[in-house]
Amino acid sequence: MARTAVSGRLIWRAATVAEARWESPTARTLVLDVPDWPGHLPGQHVDVRLTAEDGYSAQRSYSIASAWPEPGGKVELTVQRLDDGEVSPYLTDTVQVGDQVELRGPVGGWFVWRDKQPAPVLLLGGGSGVVPLMAMVRARALARTKQPFRLIYSVRTPEDLLYADELRRRVRDDAGLDVHYVYTRKTPDNWPSPPKRIDVAALNTYGWPPDFAPDCFVCGPTTFVETAADILVALGHDPRRIRTERFGGTS
Amino acid sequence: MGIISRGFGGRRRESVPGLPPGQYLTHDFPVLSAGPTPRIPLDRWRFTVTTETGDQKSWNWTEFQALPADDVTVDIHCVTKWSKLGTTWRGVSLDTLLADVESAADYTMVHSFGGYTTNVPMEDLLDGKAWVAYKFDGEDLEPEHGGPARLLIPHLYFWKSAKWVNGVQLMTEDDPGFWEAAGYHMYGDPWREQRYQGD
Amino acid sequence: MTAPGDRAAALDGNAMAGDLREIFAVDVTSARFMCAGCTHTDAVATLMLWHQAPGLVARCPNCDDVVMRVVRAPDRVYLDLRGSVRLEVPLEGS
Ligand SMILES: Cc1cc2nc3c(=O)[nH]c(=O)nc-3n(C[C@H](O)[C@H](O)[C@H](O)COP(=O)(O)OP(=O)(O)OC[C@H]3O[C@@H](n4cnc5c(N)ncnc54)[C@H](O)[C@@H]3O)c2cc1C
Ligand SMILES: [Zn+2]
Repeated sequence: MARTAVSGRLIWRAATVAEARWESPTARTLVLDVPDWPGHLPGQHVDVRLTAEDGYSAQRSYSIASAWPEPGGKVELTVQRLDDGEVSPYLTDTVQVGDQVELRGPVGGWFVWRDKQPAPVLLLGGGSGVVPLMAMVRARALARTKQPFRLIYSVRTPEDLLYADELRRRVRDDAGLDVHYVYTRKTPDNWPSPPKRIDVAALNTYGWPPDFAPDCFVCGPTTFVETAADILVALGHDPRRIRTERFGGTS
Repeated sequence: MGIISRGFGGRRRESVPGLPPGQYLTHDFPVLSAGPTPRIPLDRWRFTVTTETGDQKSWNWTEFQALPADDVTVDIHCVTKWSKLGTTWRGVSLDTLLADVESAADYTMVHSFGGYTTNVPMEDLLDGKAWVAYKFDGEDLEPEHGGPARLLIPHLYFWKSAKWVNGVQLMTEDDPGFWEAAGYHMYGDPWREQRYQGD
Repeated sequence: MTAPGDRAAALDGNAMAGDLREIFAVDVTSARFMCAGCTHTDAVATLMLWHQAPGLVARCPNCDDVVMRVVRAPDRVYLDLRGSVRLEVPLEGS
């Protein structure tokens, strides 16, 4: 039976994996070809739906890692594998170039950065929570805007770092961008402090003072986001300038 | 159905004969929750039956534990499509809890700590079809699974088996509970696949 | 009576964006809700979201009351908004 389409309603469409590359031993970036992609803002995500032979299906959200416009019209996702997960191991280890997944997006209009926002930007990412923040860093470079950007990136071990080379290069080349790392399980050799979770001292030292009035974006596992956002508020940042996105799970 | 994702298996599950339509077999016990898990100290636990005229009968934990209990082995069916076979529980039959209650009500609303509600016809609570269960697999029921005590009404979809149960209100007319008001079926028989309103 | 850490299972309103965008022409996660329980108001994206359930349950971050429920049936979506007094929806470009 034919149904009338509700105008403007977002639908699922097929995306083809055009390319895939490892970002770390357990995280992979999928470069997707999505016909008629309308473009997106950094911070937005897509929903991915996988369907098994018997009709069983599972759906998860993934942030868009790439900035727009992209010359080839492609969209990138970076997926961190959770060993006991249902969907992420498929996206990191099973899906191959040429395969299709269903995708709905871009969605989410709140956890986004617009290059017209004049304020400095403080990004706090935990684990794969760095993905939408990386889209913001990339979008800033693409728009050639000058707002100071600072990323504080909490990660378990040096091996788990996503975008390590690119971040190093951008800190060198993108004026006004800097990055600080917090290692929670294992630090690089000769690191000045032992492994620790993000805390008041770290945000006090590396973050910006509240009177600098940065727009803050906090993203990652739910427990990371709650801790980091609470610290920002305790340090005196205006809660209205803090935007959060929870990925679920614990850090 | 959408396009098939080549090589995607999904969570371990089996389609076996004898399950209600559309259900898969699982060996885990998935935790579903619609809010923070309430932690109820036993000295604050209470189970209350309220009749349509407002009469109340209630038990504290000690009184409740002193009631005769049944050990039951049942299959459970969740509306999110998993079924689990041969689960073992210990609990007090609703026949016991409703035995001396004067009522002409045909419907009930089951209430929980944390505010959850679900509606169940009176006749589905009686005749050995429903329990307030406090042990699962021989162990005290964990908070994640509804402890200290949850309703167990295995012949209906498992959202009717309210976790953290604290009372039953008897009603002369049917009213939707938490999920029923949001689109789920008023009765929820897995064998007739009554998932959503209108099914 | 909830222990710290019980919210670890939760996502937030951002994760509802796809399901809501399938029914509405605008992004509802950037709209502001007003909680019927405590009158707290903020972006829908800031609601605490429980998704491991028969539907999506979005609760007020201030008082834990249910503000929105979304249930997906194969051919329809049920949206229960009784926990919000109103939604204030920004219109792009105005
Ligand atoms: C808006 C949004 C954007 C997201 N963007 C990304 C992204 O860019 N990259 C990315 O890799 N992931 C992202 N996620 C997380 C992603 O949606 C999945 O939750 C994740 O891939 C796990 O799915 P799974 O099926 O493998 O695990 P599941 O089978 O769902 O869960 C397996 C186990 O891991 C736990 N768990 C679930 N989620 C997490 C988590 N995030 N961290 C730690 N433990 C968890 C579960 O409690 C469970 O015990 C995002 C989530 C949201 C809501
Ligand atoms: Zn509230």
